[in-house]
Formats: sequence, structure tokens, C-alpha cells
Amino acid sequence: METRKKIMSVVIHVVLILVSITMLVPFAWMILTAFKTVSESTQVNPFVIFPKEWQWENFTTVINNMNFFMLYKNTLLMIFFRIVAAVLTATLAGYALGRLNFKGKGLAFGLVLFQMMVPAQIFIIPQYLMITKLNLANTIFALVFPGLVTAFGTFLLRQAYMGLPKDLEEAARLDGCNIGQTFLFIMAPLTRSSMVALGIFTAVFAFKDLMWPMIINTDKNMLVLSSALAKMQGQYASKYPELMAASLIACLPMIIIYLLFQKQFIEGIATSGGKL
Amino acid sequence: MAGKNKVKKTAQARNEFIWGWLFVLPTMIGLIVLNIYPIIDTIRQSFYKTGDFGIGDKFVGLDNYVKMLTDGEIWQALLNTFKYAIVEVPFSIAIALVLAVLLNRKMKGRSVYRAIFFLPMVCAPAAVAMVWRWLYNSEFGLLNHIFHTDIKWVSNPKTAVYCIAVIGVWSIIGYNMVLFLAGLQEVPHDYYEAASIDGASGVRQFFSITIPLISPTIFFVCVTRVIGGLQVFDLIYMVMERGNPALEKTQSLVYLFYDASFVEKNMGYGSTIVVFLLVVIMILTVFQMIAQKKWVYYN
Repeated sequence: METRKKIMSVVIHVVLILVSITMLVPFAWMILTAFKTVSESTQVNPFVIFPKEWQWENFTTVINNMNFFMLYKNTLLMIFFRIVAAVLTATLAGYALGRLNFKGKGLAFGLVLFQMMVPAQIFIIPQYLMITKLNLANTIFALVFPGLVTAFGTFLLRQAYMGLPKDLEEAARLDGCNIGQTFLFIMAPLTRSSMVALGIFTAVFAFKDLMWPMIINTDKNMLVLSSALAKMQGQYASKYPELMAASLIACLPMIIIYLLFQKQFIEGIATSGGKL
Repeated sequence: MAGKNKVKKTAQARNEFIWGWLFVLPTMIGLIVLNIYPIIDTIRQSFYKTGDFGIGDKFVGLDNYVKMLTDGEIWQALLNTFKYAIVEVPFSIAIALVLAVLLNRKMKGRSVYRAIFFLPMVCAPAAVAMVWRWLYNSEFGLLNHIFHTDIKWVSNPKTAVYCIAVIGVWSIIGYNMVLFLAGLQEVPHDYYEAASIDGASGVRQFFSITIPLISPTIFFVCVTRVIGGLQVFDLIYMVMERGNPALEKTQSLVYLFYDASFVEKNMGYGSTIVVFLLVVIMILTVFQMIAQKKWVYYN
């Protein structure tokens, strides 16, 4: 029995290691290519796996050409304001929908559910026309605009509030708190983990979004990382070492944050994604 | 006494009404401006032909719909989208489920494996698509080198869409796995112990205990993955450059929508395509809702 268990454990590890390799090879190839010269990257006889000399110039070239500092800044501002807007509006609405009884609540919640069931592309043309008609294209606000409120986040926070015990509110009310104070001082702090989950979820999906930033901010000073990569691919055609260097620089900050806060990331995505 | 109570109650109800609406108001205004009005406007625009520079829209009735439904392009795009989803959804779910079951135990390196599988989730699809395009490169790509092949992975119209779906699977496995791991936490451990005592093998336990008990999670992941798969855009946009001979056989509905609305600037026609997408997604979701009664167990 013991040996059978040991064999099973070895088999499981072998499977998991093979899958891990499959997951990591594209990243490894991205890194290796980013340090090669163009001629090394397109050499087939013999095929070059490791660069002869590690070409740091690829990174300096793309950082200068693409103004990565500005891309980071735009992306960061977009993510920051989207998190603030999403957490703020969803916390308020989530509390009302989860804990209060008022006329019209069913309608409000129906609206939230309805939005969640519709594919997001259906909003894009009118949102685009609103922003361009207000002359707000090529601004940070334009990047944040579709994320000002979040039906999904509202739903998530509502679930969190519904899970809190009823007597907390009663106690607060007996102590003379009005609804606003009860929310702010008693209830909202208890949903901190859901707020963090929503924040992480918002950040990851804002970072990954491509179509909206690509259409709304076309000025080269107002691009974000994802739309800049898309634009760069068109320009650099087959200079893969530089494309890979740029991809690496674009993804590295998020990967580092993810590795540092791995537990929060995975749990945040699991709780928010699972409750959808 | 009773009267006083009633007054208190109505005061409380009025309070909740005021605070309730105060709290939901920002979200409601936002939803109406950002989502409800746009849905109506998109449907309206689908009956219009967009004028030059977006001004002078002209009502054309069902012309856009007739044009779309008689144009082979949309049906080809629908087929491409289905082909993509038919690879991406089942494979990403099956592999993720197996990985979640393998990781759902005390073992060495559990969090390392989990972190690795989840890694593609935090990368921009633009970067992911670029590196895969490079791996797939028919002349200098790593894949042809490793397998000693000479395959035109993403420029052969027959295979390109499946190769892109492989990228989709690779990208989403970790996400599905994390959702399954959360679902597996709910399965009581004694079920497995009892099954082990009865002599049920690991495979048997997987099919008779694990799958039925986490079928609500599987169903949820299925529905969201089908919806997500039908909306595929980033990977196709990034991998298939204009002029790729396989583009026609890979472009998805959302790609066509993007192309019509923002490249050709015909937003009326773009709206028509996205309404079509909405209908397709709704039909498939309703179908899944009905089908779930056959295989999802809620206790």
C-alpha cells in the first residue's frame, strides 16, 4: 500500500511538472528571444537556443522608442481610477441591495443582473460615440469611462453583505447610528476582503483589456501597455527580439506584483470569479 | 403603543428608502448611461447606415440584417468562432479539472504549481499572442524546431483557428483550475474515505464523487467559458496580421464587429453584427440552462 501510494505521488508530480513546463516554455522563449540579436533569432542552422551575448540593448531600444515610462503611467492611472470607481460604487450599491429594503430594489437589482448577461461589445459603439462627441478621446478619463460602475462588482459586494450577521446592524442602530454611519463604520469594514478581491479583479482585467484602449486612445502619448504592444507589432514586423523585450517589460510589473501577492490574487479571482 | 411602533416603522422604512436609493444611485446612473442606453442605441443603429464621418445616419430598415445574413462572411465568422470555442471550452475545462483534482491534496510544491498554471492570467493577451505567434513561426519558430516539422501553423487556413484556440486553452487553464479548486473545497473529505474503504479506484472516485458534487461549478465555468469563447478577439487580432491567407478562416464575430465599426467606420453594420452576437450567445446560454437539468446536481 505504501509503495503504491509513493508511485502514485511520483506519477502525479511527473504530470504536474510536464504541464508546468508547457506553461513556462513560452515565457522562457520570450526571455531568451528578448536577449538575442535579430540574426540569432532567425538562425536555423544551427538553431540558437541561448544568445551568445545577452543583448540588453534590445530593452533600452524599446524603452526609448516606445516611451515605456509614459505607458506605465497611463496604464497605472487607468487601473487606479477604475479600482477606486468600482470599489466605491459597488460597495455603496452592494450594501443597499444586500441589506436594505426599499421600493424599487428589485428593479435596481434586475438592472445589475441584466448588464451581467449581455456581451460587453454591445456597449462599445455608443460609449465610443459619447466619448468622441464630448471631445474626451485621448484622455485618462476615456480609458476609465466604461469601468466607472460595475454590475459584476455590485453583485459581488451584495453577496458579501448578505453573508454578514443581522444583529450587527441591530446593535449599531440601538447605539444610535443612522444607516449611513452603520454602513461606514460597522458594515463596510467587514467586507474588506471582498473589496480587495474586486480591486484585484478590476486591475487584472483593466490591464488585459485591448479593444477599448485601442479604439478610444489613438494618440501615441495616450496609449496603454496593451494597445502599445498591438501597435508595435505592426511597426516592428519581424524584429522579434525587440517585440519580446517589449512584451517582457509590459508584463513584468504585473507578474512581480502577482508573485508577491500570489495568495490574494488567486483567492481574489477565485472568490470573485466563482460568485459571478 | 401600537401607534408609536407604526410611526417608528414607517420612519425606518422611509429612512431605508432614502439611504437605499442614495447608495444605489451612482451605480444606477452609471448602468443606464454606460449600458442600458448603449444597448438601445446599438439596436437602433443596426437599422441605420452610418454616414461619412459618423454624421448623417440614414434609416435603412432591415438592409443591414439582409446584407449580413446573405453575406457569406458572417456565417464563416460564426463557424470560425464555433471552431475556436469547441476546442477552447472543453479542453480548458477538462485539463483544468484534472489539474485541480491532482492539486486538491496536501503535497509538496502545491502552491508553486498553482502559481505557474495561473501565470498566463496576469499577462496581457497582446504579449501572450505575440510570443505564441513567434513560437508558431513557420521558418524560425521553436515549435517546428522541437518537433522537426515544417508546419505553417497559423497561415494554413485549415489549422490556424485551432492553433489560436490552443493559445486560448493555455491562457485560461489556470483560471478555470482556481475556480475548480474553490469548488472542490466544498466536497466533504469523508466521501472519498468511504469510497476508498469500499475499494473504489481514484478514477472511479473522480467520476462518481468529484464530478457530480462539483457539477454546479463545472456548469458555471461552462456557461462563462462559452460566453467568453464566443467573444474571442484579442488573440485573433494579434496573431493574424492583415494579409495572412488564413485570416478569412479565423476571423471571429467580434473581429468582424471591430473591423466593420472601427476600421471601415460603418458603425451601423457593426451594430448589426454585435446584435447577431448577442442573439447567438443568448440562444446558447438558454440551451445550456435547459441542458443543465440533465447533469447538474444541487443539494
